[in-house]
Amino acid sequence: MLQDKDRIFTNLYGFQDWGIEGARKRGDWSGTRELIDKGRDWICEEIKSSGLRGRGGAGFPTGVKWTFMPKEPTGQPHYLVVNADEGEPGTCKDRDMMRNDPHKLVEGCLLAGAGMGANAAYIYIRGEFYTEAEHLQTAIEQAYNAGLLGKNACGSGMEFDVYLHRGAGAYICGEEMALIESLEGKKGQPRLKPPFPAMMGLYGCPTTVNNVETIAVVPTILRRGAGWFSSFGRENNTGTKVFCISGHVNHPCNVEESLSIPLKELIEKHAGGVRGGWDNLKAIIPGGSSVPMLPKTICEEVLMDYDSLREQHSGLGTAAVIVMDKSTDLVAAIARLSKFYKHESCGQCTPCREGTGWMWRVMERLVTGDAEIEEIDMLLEVSKQIEGHTICALGDAAAWPIQGLMRHFRDEVENRIRTKSRENFKAA
Amino acid sequence: MAKVTIDGKELEVPDGITVLQACELAGKEIPRFCYHERLSVAGNCRMCLVEVSPGPPKPAASCALPVGDGMKVKTSSPMVKKAREGVMEFLLINHPLDCPICDQGGECDLQDQSMAYGVGESRFRENKRAVPDKNIGPLVKTQMTRCIQCTRCVRFITEVAGVEELGATGRGENMEITTYVEKALSSELSANIVDLCPVGALTSKPYAFNARPWELSRTESVDAMDAIGSNIRIDSRGREVMRVLPLQNDEINEEWISDKTRYACDGLRRQRLDTPYVRRAGKLEPASWDEAFAAIKQRVNVIDGKKIAAIAGDQADCESMVALKDLMIKLGSTNIDCRQDGALIDTKSRSGYIFNTTIAGIEESDVCLLIGTNPRLEAPVLNSRLRKSWMTTGLKVGMIGMGYDLTYPYEQLGAGPQTLQEINQGKNSFRKYLDNAEKPMLVLGQGALVREDAFAVLHLAREIADQTGMVTENWNGFNVLHTAAARVGGLDVGFVPSNPNMSVSDVVAGAEMVYLLAADEISMGQLSSSFVIYQGHHGDAGAHVADVILPGAAYTEKSATFVNTEGRVQRGTKAVFPPGNAREDWTIIRALSDHLGHCLSYDSVGALRERMIEINDIFSMPNQIIPSRWGSFGADTGVSAKPFLNPIVNFYMTDPISRASETMANCTRDILGTEDKTGTDG
Amino acid sequence: MNISYQPEIFEFNTEQCLKVKKILACYPQDRKASAVLPLLDLAQRQSGGWLPRAAMDHVAEILEMAKIRVYEVATFYTMFNLEPVGEHVVQICTTTPCELRGAGSIMKTVREEIGVGPGETSKDGKFTLLEVECLGACVNAPMMQIGDYYYEDLDEISTRKILQAFRRGETPDPGPQNGRKGSEPVEGLTTLTHLTRG
Repeated sequence: MLQDKDRIFTNLYGFQDWGIEGARKRGDWSGTRELIDKGRDWICEEIKSSGLRGRGGAGFPTGVKWTFMPKEPTGQPHYLVVNADEGEPGTCKDRDMMRNDPHKLVEGCLLAGAGMGANAAYIYIRGEFYTEAEHLQTAIEQAYNAGLLGKNACGSGMEFDVYLHRGAGAYICGEEMALIESLEGKKGQPRLKPPFPAMMGLYGCPTTVNNVETIAVVPTILRRGAGWFSSFGRENNTGTKVFCISGHVNHPCNVEESLSIPLKELIEKHAGGVRGGWDNLKAIIPGGSSVPMLPKTICEEVLMDYDSLREQHSGLGTAAVIVMDKSTDLVAAIARLSKFYKHESCGQCTPCREGTGWMWRVMERLVTGDAEIEEIDMLLEVSKQIEGHTICALGDAAAWPIQGLMRHFRDEVENRIRTKSRENFKAA
Repeated sequence: MAKVTIDGKELEVPDGITVLQACELAGKEIPRFCYHERLSVAGNCRMCLVEVSPGPPKPAASCALPVGDGMKVKTSSPMVKKAREGVMEFLLINHPLDCPICDQGGECDLQDQSMAYGVGESRFRENKRAVPDKNIGPLVKTQMTRCIQCTRCVRFITEVAGVEELGATGRGENMEITTYVEKALSSELSANIVDLCPVGALTSKPYAFNARPWELSRTESVDAMDAIGSNIRIDSRGREVMRVLPLQNDEINEEWISDKTRYACDGLRRQRLDTPYVRRAGKLEPASWDEAFAAIKQRVNVIDGKKIAAIAGDQADCESMVALKDLMIKLGSTNIDCRQDGALIDTKSRSGYIFNTTIAGIEESDVCLLIGTNPRLEAPVLNSRLRKSWMTTGLKVGMIGMGYDLTYPYEQLGAGPQTLQEINQGKNSFRKYLDNAEKPMLVLGQGALVREDAFAVLHLAREIADQTGMVTENWNGFNVLHTAAARVGGLDVGFVPSNPNMSVSDVVAGAEMVYLLAADEISMGQLSSSFVIYQGHHGDAGAHVADVILPGAAYTEKSATFVNTEGRVQRGTKAVFPPGNAREDWTIIRALSDHLGHCLSYDSVGALRERMIEINDIFSMPNQIIPSRWGSFGADTGVSAKPFLNPIVNFYMTDPISRASETMANCTRDILGTEDKTGTDG
Repeated sequence: MNISYQPEIFEFNTEQCLKVKKILACYPQDRKASAVLPLLDLAQRQSGGWLPRAAMDHVAEILEMAKIRVYEVATFYTMFNLEPVGEHVVQICTTTPCELRGAGSIMKTVREEIGVGPGETSKDGKFTLLEVECLGACVNAPMMQIGDYYYEDLDEISTRKILQAFRRGETPDPGPQNGRKGSEPVEGLTTLTHLTRG
């Protein structure tokens, strides 16, 4: 188990001062200038060799992503955009980082900016996070006042600005191209790629979009070394990670742990175990609502990392573990997610706009059993017609939970239909 | 060039094009709804999915993907077929499938593509979505439940029409195309979204439930509602023009037409002159052709030929103008004019009265000076080119004259000729833009020419053109923008008085007989003591003062030649017969000449056209741009301080046809919020 | 459309004008449209929690945007209320993680307490109830947002207490209602044990 001395987010729960003094006590903003002085290449290399992968869901190697930015100034500004539009059901980790440890993110912006050659950072925070935005704004102002940001950030000679931008209620803005559109003052409809943001992002300028956690861990990695970070977890799945454990556990919580921790251990150690004991477990969605669920048998063994969850046809996603015990109506739980995706579809492209609503309506009938058995296959086909056919990944995200349900619990769905049709028959 | 393999066939395609375009080059049809080559790429309908390698193992939207060297594309693999079927099914689940009562039926992309790419069966058991209809004005009818959210209409209105009034509100399955606050679209190009809409969500309001496409005869022709000469398709049933649609001509109208070009056609059915009339005891009474000709002959016999004048109107065709001119010569008159608005145009050099840059050439220009013109109202389609040039290459525009929202930014430099003088003398800051431009241009509108100092204005403009390098071997940036379809043709056939300094009022002054060839926009008061012959198609201003009315044909009813503002000779085609006893115009004049004993030598349209070529060689070269020699024109006679006034106030009513049109009256009321302003007021 | 409640004009008050200036300073000068979300938010706050059309038009004017582009934005994002709302907007998250922990019963409790269903405003004008999607506080489920603040780890009793306090004109302390500070396990820390005594 990860030891407290190796935890990055030491004020995750907010027991200490989140302001700059508390942050300094926890080691933030120490030697920042020296880290900047080591240069862009060193920062990139260090992040690459730390094995840090994007913490927002896709898991792309962060250091590699930064190298997509132009090597030389292009005459236009280069931007870092921090994706703080946390909204994936089950996920509430960035929230804790922003309200309780905002300086880690602000310092991270500066160092990541130095690593990718950015001139400014915009932090796009979901509009509902009011307190979090307040803390973050205060932290940014504190950093400016202390000379840590601005014309001569940390005395490094580097000019760097950080701006906070509040969203206004749209899950889709967590998609990087939608986020950029939204930041430009438009509807959050994902842009087509190519061009990729590293060439043409915000305002048509080179841009990298990173998740809050990805950026917030950067200062500690640089201070303590890539080797330190990569000593946790397994190869290709290194580092520490903040997990969110929600649903049917005794003590839902956020906790920072080593990647590759067994799922069972994570739940039992930190969340007080499954409600009613491990054997009362039915299924777990291991990485936020978008990834397919896993039945108990897989949950026994699976490790919480990118590769091992992928092997099980699921994903680490945002590492938000949604636990469902035997009392759960899994069909209803997934139907509710289908409603979520229907509600959050931006409406731009056909398969998602039309398909998410269709799937939700069929799912609602499956909840009551008011359907034909063949409709299960039809629903799966519809999910396949959406998956991979849309501009952004929301279509995939809407399809996977249903596919996961049918993969592992098809019997349950079929039984409900049969029961219902027997009831109907009797009634008639 | 990039080497790509499409369905096993290797070919070289230009760099930078999309996979969809490459597939088209390879002769592969790619279905699409949202993609339109003249609009920005949206990539939202997902119908154009193809399989591309190298790439992720999922289909890619070909409309948005640039080709890469070595790319292999499959357009009909099982993956592609499945993807298309899926998209088709999604598009149809919430579509009402009310084709039998839908005006788009028979010419609907959704219908056609579902036949070609759909599976023919629906698995959708849920309730279909219903979307409230929107009122977006008198031209475009909405049935929003049919909408497939392709956003072509939004992109057209935003990008081409340049009036940001249409959007997609809400999100997900609740996304709706709307103006949000109910309002009539204010663009003069608005109804092009009817053509762009791939389904029956946006259909033609005036044409609603009038006809089915398969009942219509299609005639390719040329528009006469402005001087652009937009290429059109006239759809008719029996003797009636049912609708007018654009024909693609990249050099002129691309594939757009103005709302007037499209919708004034209901005016062709109203207030028509369908029989000759003769005024007896102060009252116009129906008459036979012989009676009408006899009444004219009676007067001609007692009038000195020099006291006869002839004025050609804005929609007169070249054939009838030549015939009338020849007749006038035989009668001994040189009092003819096709500039009924009073414009003074110097015909010494053709380059002095046409749009030398050409419409397509606007896209190459980098700086443009507008003088006494409002291209948005005078030529909406041409204005969209100016906008396009601004959008794509940042055309810099300066304006001397009345300000207006032209849909692109411009610098207001002044109101009248003195600003021209300043530019000429290098005293205006805009001069440096012209000096530094690669391909500068200027546009003189009729507002700069319908004035006593027109020749001086022409002279100044010509000097500016010379000084700023507007005229080079490969470029001529000097332009006159006309508003009348007949005008350049009239100038080309020499339908002008022998003394070019005479304006139309000089021409008719003292005339004892005035022959109005569909001329309705001159001040009729000055004709009160003349014997007036009105030959035309509508009972408009000219007919009211006429002593004899000869019923002619509208532009849809004759095979006739028009020369557009670029100087491009185009031939219209007869789509329907003129009503009743009305006849094609040149034949009327030919018959009259016979009656008057001054028989014109041509008795077929072919012979007449030979005569036209004899007068001006340009008529032997239809549909082409023949560059004009940069000759001298204008006169250095001093300008007045009066500001330039734009000729068109009400875009929707500028001529007898549009004034008779109920649709145009609705537009005047609903879009402009006025009742009966006529187009040439002011 | 019933527009009787739409005010004729809207202008930012002096205090808000200063904020507008500050917000505009965050974006490049030729990218004013970027400020549309924050400005609409300001306008909504000044208008009593909803966004009149005149306010959207005013924002469009300040940002030099076409009005329709602002309408598109205002109808796309869920935080903008396009019709008048009650004094307190109560938003209950009912997405799966909250649902699993009893959001349904919280919704029932709130409905009973304020007497109206989702999308409605109580007769006294005190509360507008909205059912919303994931608010990102899933380990503190079930939860609701009232105004700007989150009330978490709710049960029937705490939910009633909070609403009653609001009705009395008080503002109860936001955050978890079950005694914990944040997202730590409620019964004893499993991590950060020696670091949290700050």
